[in-house]
Amino acid sequence: MRFFLEVLISGLLSGVMYSLVALGFVLIYKASGVFNFAQGAMVYLAALSVVGVMEKGAPLWLAVIVAFIVMTLFGIATEKFVLRKLVNQPPIALFMATIGLAFFIEGLAPMVFGSDPRALDIGIVDEPIEAILNRWGMVISKFDLAAAAIAAVLVTSLALFFQYTRIGRALRAVADDHQAALSIGIPLQHIWAIVWGVAGFVALVAGMLWGARNGVQFALTFTALKALPVLIIGGFTSVPGAIVGGLIIGASEKLAEIYLPPLMQSAFGGNFGGIEGWFPYVLALGFLLVRPEGLFGEKHIDRV
Amino acid sequence: MLYREAGQFKSSYAADQQLFPILQDRVGVLLLLAVAFGVVPLVAGEYWFSAILIPFLIFSLAALGLNILTGYAGQLSLGSAAFMAVGAYAAYNFQLRVDGIPILLSFIGAGLTAAGVGIVFGLPSLWIKGFYLAVATLAAQFFIVWCLTKFPWFSNYSSSGVISAQKVVILGHTFASPREKYLLVLGIVTVLALMAKNLVRSSTGRAWMAVRDMDVAAEVIGIRLLPTKLLAFAVSSFYCGVAGALYAFCYLGSVEPDGFSLDMSFRILFMIIIGGMGSILGSFLGAAFILLLPILLDIVLPWLAGLFGLPFSNATVSHIQILVFGTLIMFFLIVEPHGLARLWQIGKEKLRLWPFPH
Repeated sequence: MRFFLEVLISGLLSGVMYSLVALGFVLIYKASGVFNFAQGAMVYLAALSVVGVMEKGAPLWLAVIVAFIVMTLFGIATEKFVLRKLVNQPPIALFMATIGLAFFIEGLAPMVFGSDPRALDIGIVDEPIEAILNRWGMVISKFDLAAAAIAAVLVTSLALFFQYTRIGRALRAVADDHQAALSIGIPLQHIWAIVWGVAGFVALVAGMLWGARNGVQFALTFTALKALPVLIIGGFTSVPGAIVGGLIIGASEKLAEIYLPPLMQSAFGGNFGGIEGWFPYVLALGFLLVRPEGLFGEKHIDRV
Repeated sequence: MLYREAGQFKSSYAADQQLFPILQDRVGVLLLLAVAFGVVPLVAGEYWFSAILIPFLIFSLAALGLNILTGYAGQLSLGSAAFMAVGAYAAYNFQLRVDGIPILLSFIGAGLTAAGVGIVFGLPSLWIKGFYLAVATLAAQFFIVWCLTKFPWFSNYSSSGVISAQKVVILGHTFASPREKYLLVLGIVTVLALMAKNLVRSSTGRAWMAVRDMDVAAEVIGIRLLPTKLLAFAVSSFYCGVAGALYAFCYLGSVEPDGFSLDMSFRILFMIIIGGMGSILGSFLGAAFILLLPILLDIVLPWLAGLFGLPFSNATVSHIQILVFGTLIMFFLIVEPHGLARLWQIGKEKLRLWPFPH
């Protein structure tokens, strides 16, 4: 039971990291209806630019500021040079354009900042909390807990930003109805640029946490793919959905990784590790059959 | 002047419905086939066969498969490489476990197996569409590759799932040299491409396009969505499966599941975006483009770097390759969403009037 709890908690905490990536997807999807496949690549770019600037001798805070500026400029450029030209195209074309964008970043970022895997030290150590270890004998990483706290702060501040600021209201209006927002004088393109900037900021936070955890390397873009099932479970348009979905995916994939292989081994023989690789997708697939709009998504109604 | 259909009157239904209604097209296709079957095997060298022509044909076939699903039926798939893997492993197992089965029959069996798997993963397409479906096909991509790695039965208990394809023997003749393999692949691809061309102009093809353009409207005019979509998945996976079998038997010789990666699926997707979605010809143009571009960059980049005296490494080449792929995808989607095939069509329109302005 203790072991089960330990696996569950570490899964939940790593799910927080998925939520962070999924959050970036949700923001852009809500505001512009674009399913941004490049969010994973943006996480990679953000982490790489922090590491790259720090290698030049800059302190962490400066590197973070530089990376934030890079991400914002990048978001604005994407909006201006790619998405604005694709207005009125079917969503699938926009989706494929963001796949192209992902490749663009994956080619460009290592050319600018170097491609070899590097460690990123943000001052939080990845070791078990001793009090819990002594008291209950469970291993819970300080780092995971800190990441969860950071995610909580980020989500709360985003929620406040959306709810109470002028820009936040404009963002919600645009998300609701582009044309209506335009007609009451909300500058659509500024809003999109801001959304891409915010998504870049979320990518920066996610990238720093992931990078500090696993090292800054190309594999970051794959981990970000896990955000897709998170979205399906949580719903594409819901910020709380991204969080809950991330927790579900994180916990279930860890539990599956621990408990399924022995079962399968006794049934078929052989070695069945690596279930983590596909389990979230199949779970999401099963989920789609039951509840296609996700836990918190809006129900989609077709009009002819 | 040269390319115009004026004066070509059809006097029977058969003539009106033939695959290439314009005489010049017929002559062109026949010439192309004659060159591919007759001239190329005589002049091309070993390198050309095994490094360019065979992979070109195989990826054209895979792109054709994906084009049927994505370009014609409008269902985005990110798992085409996985269906190729199913085809490769199915063909291997048919050869291994069924005594004396002709190789062509096991290729067909490979296609059918892939089609079956495709139908299973296509089932959710009735409830979901667009990028939701893309995630469903991602599930296929990761799950199939994992299965092939972890269940040792598929690879006949070899280490890490590597299979070595058996010899290709047809009617007692062994296809061993690259030239012979090229001819075999060319023959299969020609037959399948003509079949696809025929299929997409039939009522099935029209139903696919109706579903692609607006599925609710298609349903209203009496197209049953589930069979139509599943058929698209089945046919598409069949093509990918045969392509996978050819990939293992005629191109690489030995393959492992991890070789059929997500990256390969993306590459096939890029082929149809750049070549032209909803076009048979486009699949071939796109495959040629995506395969030739890295080779071109390999040659041009070091030369350019030398010209400007820049430092240069192999890692940079691969990064520039990815960068160029990404840029091209965005460029084509913005500037010419119908791809190279559309450019070819525009060229034909121009040729029709040439040398007159109107």
